[in-house]
Amino acid sequence: MGYALDFAAVLRGLDQLLWGLALGLIMGLAGLAVGSAIGIVAALAHVFGPQPARTVVRLYVGLIRNVPILVLALFAFFALPQYGIRFSNITTFAAVLAVYAGAYLTESFRAAMITVPQGILDAGRSIGLTGSGVALWVVLPIALRNALPSVGNNFISLFKDTSIAAVIAVPELTFQARKINNESFRVIEVWLTASFLYVGTCALIALTLRRLEARFPKF
Amino acid sequence: MQSFLDVLALSSDQLLHGLTITVAVSGVAVAAGIVLGALFGLALTYGSAVLAFPVRVIVDVVRGTPVLVLILACFYMPAGIGLSPGPLTAGALALTVFCASHIGETLRGALLAIPLAQTDAASAIGLTFAQTLGYVLVPQAIRQIAPNLVNTAVEIVKASSLLSAIGVGELLLTTQEIIGRSFKTMEFYALAGGIYLAINLLIATGGSWLERRYRLR
Repeated sequence: MGYALDFAAVLRGLDQLLWGLALGLIMGLAGLAVGSAIGIVAALAHVFGPQPARTVVRLYVGLIRNVPILVLALFAFFALPQYGIRFSNITTFAAVLAVYAGAYLTESFRAAMITVPQGILDAGRSIGLTGSGVALWVVLPIALRNALPSVGNNFISLFKDTSIAAVIAVPELTFQARKINNESFRVIEVWLTASFLYVGTCALIALTLRRLEARFPKF
Repeated sequence: MQSFLDVLALSSDQLLHGLTITVAVSGVAVAAGIVLGALFGLALTYGSAVLAFPVRVIVDVVRGTPVLVLILACFYMPAGIGLSPGPLTAGALALTVFCASHIGETLRGALLAIPLAQTDAASAIGLTFAQTLGYVLVPQAIRQIAPNLVNTAVEIVKASSLLSAIGVGELLLTTQEIIGRSFKTMEFYALAGGIYLAINLLIATGGSWLERRYRLR
């Protein structure tokens, strides 16, 4: 079987692929921002909150981390509108991504909080801070810094998960690749290119993260 | 309009069939992924550059590519060289390669983390490389990566839902078919989510039981 590589069809669609990539990055960043907010609040509640708060956080994390994000996305996109909760597919997916990332980020921030040495907490108390003062002004700043590598890795998986938005017709990279695939049948070129774009972007993100980590080393 | 339970009773066989495919394809991918991943891990850690380099490229490309893209690539790309694997084969292949790459990378880390002195000690008492691997390094490395293995298995079960995008009749596609007939959207997506949750909690529970059972000392 001769199969001559011909990237012409892919090159014609390169604009769409790159816009798709940008859309994926935007959804990923939105998911990271909102997910981090959820994760920080949930982790604080789990580490410093009362028992009911811990239970709620544990249920949230356990539920979200064990259900496929595709099921969550389909649920949000097809089931919720029946109850009047209706957004565009891009907003819906970004929101799902945020809730999904929030569960993973809760674990990242929680791990960073509970590894802050006891001596530092004691030092906080000894200069007269209250319990919540220690949580907010001593533990949180250290934890935010120490969670950076883990949060960064979460962002990379989050960015890869944006490909799943293709299933609800969000025109991101995977959706565009499949469209070019179906229109041109350049099956090998399309998926090589899509994979290359994802791998390259992930590598760039990882590189940026290493530099950020060097700039903000662990406490 | 039928009630949810009526629809459920009518479609329980179909749902069960979808569940079977989800469990089977995940099981095959995890089992084959562990074998292939072990080979990847050994090649990355002890292989010569000629062996380690291609494995490194495969592992990095697979880990940097979203699973959905891997699945679509395994489904569409073989047509370019005249092959046409069915969606189930293509999907199982994609999940296996995904699983193997993650396990290979974790195993490499675990093997490298074992102090070199142990390898020296093993060769000092006359163990061959294979014996060192089998009696000294692998038993420790497996315990080290056990939590990761459990996580990977959970990820594979979740990723198997993406096979619905290429038409594998697994749990999620079955659910979508039932919803298409009955319009019980909320109920059946919630049911599917609950089933995935149950499978994964089972894996997590089984995993931590095994970890306790085989803990050192």
